Amino acid sequence: MPSTSRRRAWLSDYTWPLGYVAVIMFLFLLYQAILPNLIDEVSGPVAAWLPVATINECLMWAIMALGLNVVVGYAGLLDLGYVAFWALGGYTAGWLMAAPFNWSWNFHLFAPVAETYPGTHITFWLVILIAGCLCALLGVVIGGPTLRLRGDYLALVTLGFGEVITQFFRNSNDIDGYNVANGDAGIPIIDPIGLGPFSLIKGVPASLTNSGSDNIYKILVLGALLGLCLFVSLRIRGGRLGRAWLAIREDQLAASTMGVSLVRSKLLAYAVGAFFGGIGGVANAAGITGAVSPSGFDFSKSVLVLLMVVLGGMGNAWGVTIGAFLLAWLNSNGLRQIGVAVGAASGKNLEAVLPRYNFLILGLLLVLMMLFRREGLLPEKRTKALMTMPSRIEMESVGAHIAEAEAKTKAFTESTSDADAEIAASASAVSPHLEPPPERSARSVKDTDR
Amino acid sequence: MSQPATDASRAGVHEASANVLYADHITIRFGGLVAVSDVSFGIPPRSIVSLIGPNGAGKTTFFNVMTGLYQASEGTVYLDGRDLTGLKPNRRAALGMARTFQNIRLFNLMTVEENIMVAMHTHLRSGVFSTVLRLPRQRREERAAADAARELLHYVGIEKTQGELARNLAYGDQRRLEVARALALRPRVLLLDEPTAGMNPRESAQFNEFVHRVRDEKDLSVLLIEHDMSVIMKISERITVMDHGHVIAEGPPEEIRNNQTVIEAYLGKAGGGARKTTQS
Repeated sequence: MPSTSRRRAWLSDYTWPLGYVAVIMFLFLLYQAILPNLIDEVSGPVAAWLPVATINECLMWAIMALGLNVVVGYAGLLDLGYVAFWALGGYTAGWLMAAPFNWSWNFHLFAPVAETYPGTHITFWLVILIAGCLCALLGVVIGGPTLRLRGDYLALVTLGFGEVITQFFRNSNDIDGYNVANGDAGIPIIDPIGLGPFSLIKGVPASLTNSGSDNIYKILVLGALLGLCLFVSLRIRGGRLGRAWLAIREDQLAASTMGVSLVRSKLLAYAVGAFFGGIGGVANAAGITGAVSPSGFDFSKSVLVLLMVVLGGMGNAWGVTIGAFLLAWLNSNGLRQIGVAVGAASGKNLEAVLPRYNFLILGLLLVLMMLFRREGLLPEKRTKALMTMPSRIEMESVGAHIAEAEAKTKAFTESTSDADAEIAASASAVSPHLEPPPERSARSVKDTDR
Repeated sequence: MSQPATDASRAGVHEASANVLYADHITIRFGGLVAVSDVSFGIPPRSIVSLIGPNGAGKTTFFNVMTGLYQASEGTVYLDGRDLTGLKPNRRAALGMARTFQNIRLFNLMTVEENIMVAMHTHLRSGVFSTVLRLPRQRREERAAADAARELLHYVGIEKTQGELARNLAYGDQRRLEVARALALRPRVLLLDEPTAGMNPRESAQFNEFVHRVRDEKDLSVLLIEHDMSVIMKISERITVMDHGHVIAEGPPEEIRNNQTVIEAYLGKAGGGARKTTQS
């Protein structure tokens, strides 16, 4: 029995990365080699319903959703200000890999831009790491004061922090006279993603701009980042820290009396979640938008990521990834395309209408999900158990209090009947006003026996 | 005022070194109410002692202060002579204090095995990186922990439930799991809060035997809170009786059984109440 389960664990341990790589490679090859060689009737709809840019966005959002899943799904800490990390990640890219907006000091580190180009230019791959660490630090800073809070209060405070970060960047053109992040205008041209040694392979460009042909390679780049986040999510979940998070989610008080440090575990959850958020932020700034501005980092993005986590299946990395893909697709291309299709059938032009109502539609989707499938699309098995089955104690406790009371009374009368006489006798000896009725206690035993 | 306090603390230090767990002049106030008033209480090594008292006597409050869920308004708790003031529950657990709860508090949506492995948290060393990279050391550690968990489940007699979610267990098995989880901390002292609540007489008799076995085999001290007299009388070596936040009696079971203050404050009332219910 243990040997088969261990073998199964081994299989799932090594099969999912292979499967994941296969899917990403398939997507890449589909757009790189297969679609261009197919007839328009086939390639046209595929490009319309699932363009490369949308796939990239989906991959980026999935990274974000996985990050929030660590905080909300694993550790059970509701975070409504997750956009803060996305923003800080984006701005880290803005600071470290863009043309200067305020200072003119030049620093190049493996960047895919000309040496003469002014400003700080560090390669995407290093910036990801820096942004991740910076966000993890911010996660700890934000997490610190909220450690004592739970539920509604935690949600409100994190929401506040999310807004604070956005407002900070909005007003960042004049922080005590310094232009820190160029305020409302944002930081426009962010360096493309450099591919370093991979560009030696024939046909691979040296860097990835936002042109359609380069976008295909971003499937690989973002796919690799998402793969890394998935890997970390799944591995960490199965270990000592993952267990501690689950225990905190279940019963914080019991967890702490069992030796789990609430402070450490919660801060680590915030840090890991924020690290992913930082990666997502850089991926978005350098890979998707090519610029950062405060208007992109509003509260609705926090809600969107939370929706992905909830709809996908809180706590399950795969479910969350699927939720992110679905919602990111709907948001970026799906709704428009559905609008086109419905419009073609009804004779009205709905192409621009549906995307405008995206939050109405997503909200409706959420309501429907909560009514019919609360546990999410691909739930964790324990969440499913919680939502679909009452607990055994609960089921058995219907009427149990009566049986329990009877058992207790019986136990008491049985066990005390011998001691009772003694006690009563000694009690009557000291205090005569205490009723000492041995005959009554004998009768009561008979009563319960009947 | 200060002179008696230093005397008391000197006595406390002495008592603290003689006992595994020693609560020195503990007072707990909630607003204007005094829940526990100047209670001193020691658990000698390898002993089974009990704390009894009618509902509202302050037993569980006292318990919670010892495990660090509340801070005492006054007084100090020592574990192995070490002052625990200001230490969080998890630190106290790591130092060897394990407890169960009056109303079972398992991690319901985790498996039985995971429940136990959570309690091994302080004994495991692996951090984020070794977990993500699954280094050989971390793998060995996890395997050893899983084996130890299985052993503990076997010890309390629920090894067949290993992979089940804790919430699916029968009531009695959940109680056992809670004890197994506490034992996973490898405690110096085991605090059981009404462990036989909801058990029938036979089950509680079995439980008594089990507690003795645990004490002998795991080399620890046990503190029980109970209001069920039958359990207490048979199991404990020493009994402390609390009422309205005060210790009103202390001694071996036979003495307590015949103690008049106890009978008046506790048994008289409880006995009368029980008779009334059986008659109706």
